[in-house]
Amino acid sequence: MRKFILKYLIPRIIQFLTIIFVGITVTYIIPRLAPTDPVEAQISTMMAMGSSLDPASIESMRAALTDLYGLSGSPVEQYFTFWGRLLRGDLGPSLDNFPTPVSKMIGQALPYTLRLLIPAVIISFIFGNLFGAMSSYYPKNKALKVIEVLGQVVRSIPYYIVAIVLLVTFSYFIPIFPFSGAYPIGTRPDWSSLEFILKNLEHAVLPAATLILVGFGGWFVGMKSLTSNIISEDYVVYVETAGLSKNRILIHYIIRTAILPQFTALAMVLGTVFSGALIMEVVFGYPGIGSLAIRAIYSNDYSMIMGITIYSIIGVAVAVFLMDLLYPLFDPRVRYQ
Amino acid sequence: MTLLSVKNLRAYYRTEVYGISRTVQAVDGVSFDLLPNEIYGVAGESSCGKTTLIKVISGNTKPPLKVLEGSVNYNFNDYKVDMLHISQDELRQNVRWKEISYVMQGSMSVLNPVRKVIETFRDIVDTHERITDKKKFLEQTRAHVNRLGLPTDVLNAYPHQLSGGMRQRVAIALATVFQPALIIADEPTTALDVVVQRGVLQMIREIQTTSGNTVLLVTHDMAVHANVADRVMIMYAGRIAEEAPTETIFDAPLHPYTQHLIHSLPMIGEKSTKASLKGAPPNLADPPGGCRFHPRCPYVMDVCRTKVPDLISVKERHRVACHLVEEGAL
Amino acid sequence: MILLSYNSPYDPGKSFVVPWDLPPSQEHLFGTTSRGQDLFWWLTFAVRNSLFLGVLTAIISRIIAILIGLTAGYRGGWLDRVLMSLNDTFVVLPLLPILILLGFLLRDRMNLFYLAVILGLFGWPFDARLIRSQVLSLKERSFTRTAVYSGTSAFWITINEHLPFVLPIVFATTINNILWSIGMEVTLSVLGLSDLTTPTLGTALFWANQHGALVAGVWWWIAAPALVTIVLFLGLYLLFTSINEFIDPRTRLRLIGG
Repeated sequence: MRKFILKYLIPRIIQFLTIIFVGITVTYIIPRLAPTDPVEAQISTMMAMGSSLDPASIESMRAALTDLYGLSGSPVEQYFTFWGRLLRGDLGPSLDNFPTPVSKMIGQALPYTLRLLIPAVIISFIFGNLFGAMSSYYPKNKALKVIEVLGQVVRSIPYYIVAIVLLVTFSYFIPIFPFSGAYPIGTRPDWSSLEFILKNLEHAVLPAATLILVGFGGWFVGMKSLTSNIISEDYVVYVETAGLSKNRILIHYIIRTAILPQFTALAMVLGTVFSGALIMEVVFGYPGIGSLAIRAIYSNDYSMIMGITIYSIIGVAVAVFLMDLLYPLFDPRVRYQ
Repeated sequence: MTLLSVKNLRAYYRTEVYGISRTVQAVDGVSFDLLPNEIYGVAGESSCGKTTLIKVISGNTKPPLKVLEGSVNYNFNDYKVDMLHISQDELRQNVRWKEISYVMQGSMSVLNPVRKVIETFRDIVDTHERITDKKKFLEQTRAHVNRLGLPTDVLNAYPHQLSGGMRQRVAIALATVFQPALIIADEPTTALDVVVQRGVLQMIREIQTTSGNTVLLVTHDMAVHANVADRVMIMYAGRIAEEAPTETIFDAPLHPYTQHLIHSLPMIGEKSTKASLKGAPPNLADPPGGCRFHPRCPYVMDVCRTKVPDLISVKERHRVACHLVEEGAL
Repeated sequence: MILLSYNSPYDPGKSFVVPWDLPPSQEHLFGTTSRGQDLFWWLTFAVRNSLFLGVLTAIISRIIAILIGLTAGYRGGWLDRVLMSLNDTFVVLPLLPILILLGFLLRDRMNLFYLAVILGLFGWPFDARLIRSQVLSLKERSFTRTAVYSGTSAFWITINEHLPFVLPIVFATTINNILWSIGMEVTLSVLGLSDLTTPTLGTALFWANQHGALVAGVWWWIAAPALVTIVLFLGLYLLFTSINEFIDPRTRLRLIGG
């Protein structure tokens, strides 16, 4: 047990802290490298856009911005104030929806993103791995070969293009799915009504399908190459000669072992998949973090973008850390070293 | 009565890569019988066709391996099986593990690294006799393992927690859960160190004596055959060179190849260096004509280069394929 | 298409040189846009620029990947651990929000060159890890030992003996990196965060969206760049897989696309 903590747990915790530290530091440095004074640029853009705020609000906004960029004091001091604010969970008010705190708005949008992201990741992970393993175990199956080619093709194309193609095909040319949003325009979110939940599901189909399609190919290819080594392992050949059924071998002997590196890979690509989900929301007008981000871009809401960046980094780091913590449950070799 | 009768078996590997076809004559005209209640050793250098022979007689013939000729017939207490024509389902359900089981080459790694040993037992038992009573299964498995001298703990261990020798014993325990009529042991001791080897061999011997089944022991290691086998068959380049009871093979070998194998064994008190055989075993994709051993044989004659020697019985239970013996020179 | 761009009869910077909103025809192969541009010729520039971006990004990130991969692999010890920890961090970090932040701050000054540099700075970690593992295996081979015993310095061993082995990997991953960077450009442009006056595959889609191309029924404005992107990606991807298979049939690159 001591060895487990020393050799497995401690490095994972260090890695977790490193991700957060590097990520936050990068977001701290970036605005400081920007060639213009962000505060004044910010204020003037907003004025130019015909902001109807009174002078008092503008003053408090200037103060908030200066504070937000952490531009008072020496760089070292600034850095520590930056961290101090983060640890208090205070990311400042949104400039667009002044003075609603950024944290609150992100908190409202996050469930939508997660509702889209988590099922999509799980579905693509399960099916990609299952079909990938099957395609190396049944190398002659024609249907699997077709799936493989399709998966490879979709995998190489950026999320955005896949999304556009699906959107144009299934909402424009063959209008079976709604064009955008998470629920029909004019309805109020009501999670106790079954009708609303169904509507929400209908709206989530295309964005989720995009995430699943792109993710599927990756898992498929990865699993196929992993299992192509495993099917000739002694323990697989052994149970084959012992007469075990093919399904039992596939699940308990082939997938069971090959899935382990895939879990690690899942942790590695979480950041990429999260980025993909953001784009999905933009294309399909689905109200989550991604939509929040694009609105913030259009309305020059700097603190919102900053907040989204920081929350994303922390969120992904936590997710990766959780996966690392769960991993030993699946791999006894790590559990009892 | 015989347990297994193999007649004139010819099994080749046929591959076609980029339009170039290649045929490897891995097993070429092999005939032998297995009797109930014996340990039958098969010896020979690597790539002499031992492994192919096992594949065919255990019904694991998969392309590119193809049986061209011959028959493989079993008789398990009046349950007759024609291995070359049995359906896959029947083979899987009734023959594998119930009548024929294996201790594989590299048995060390036959256990699934991420599952407990008991799970593998469960999978194998459940496949052949659906487990309805879990408690009974656990009790029986424990009793079985204990009977073979293994602690009950191994069942709840993961493979990486067991030593190599222990894993090999577990593999043997797995192979004997149904008391099969034939156990095929393919290089069961190769990866083990000498002390552990001895224990594993003893275990095989004990199981064989108590349950009276047949063990087909395949290994290149002549010392192992000397220790446990009742009869030994020497293979060379896909053919049988000689077959005889163990004492005969070691005391009075007739085939020059067997003689070489025996003489290369170290003897206590011996000081002279061992003569090595010149050349390498032939490429089975393009074997030499006549006797396949002739390019390396110290007593080669003209007839050896052109005519394949027959496997003739020189004494009861002693067969050899050599022109020297045929002509009475030896 | 790149070559064609030099023969374009129209200047991509100019708008309203041809009648707008024409569907695909023989004269205008992909139709024309609401901004009065011939889509086919405009896209020839877009492909050229996108490829330029991809190649530049790939070069920059390759240099970083080689440096870090070789150093970590060769030096080992604590330096390796620190570099790989940093490496994994960059793998895991959600890149898009960071790029949005960057693009947001640079907005007006953003151009293809800057974008390539930025993407290059973020595009190395997967390949650095790959290179490191390759060097680790090379280190165990006897020719490295021979060189060490004969007194060659670590630097020269790395450059002379290891780099030649690593280069094929670098070559194979380059195309993947190009794909990744073009994809990123598309994403950022669609969000309006790149230099929107430069024709690229991404800006084509951005302008189509800005003009509500789908709502207005000008579907070819979206379809054409999407199609061109798909063809480009497929072509490069197939090239990548064949090179990869040529170098190592078992490579387990699960780079992007997870």
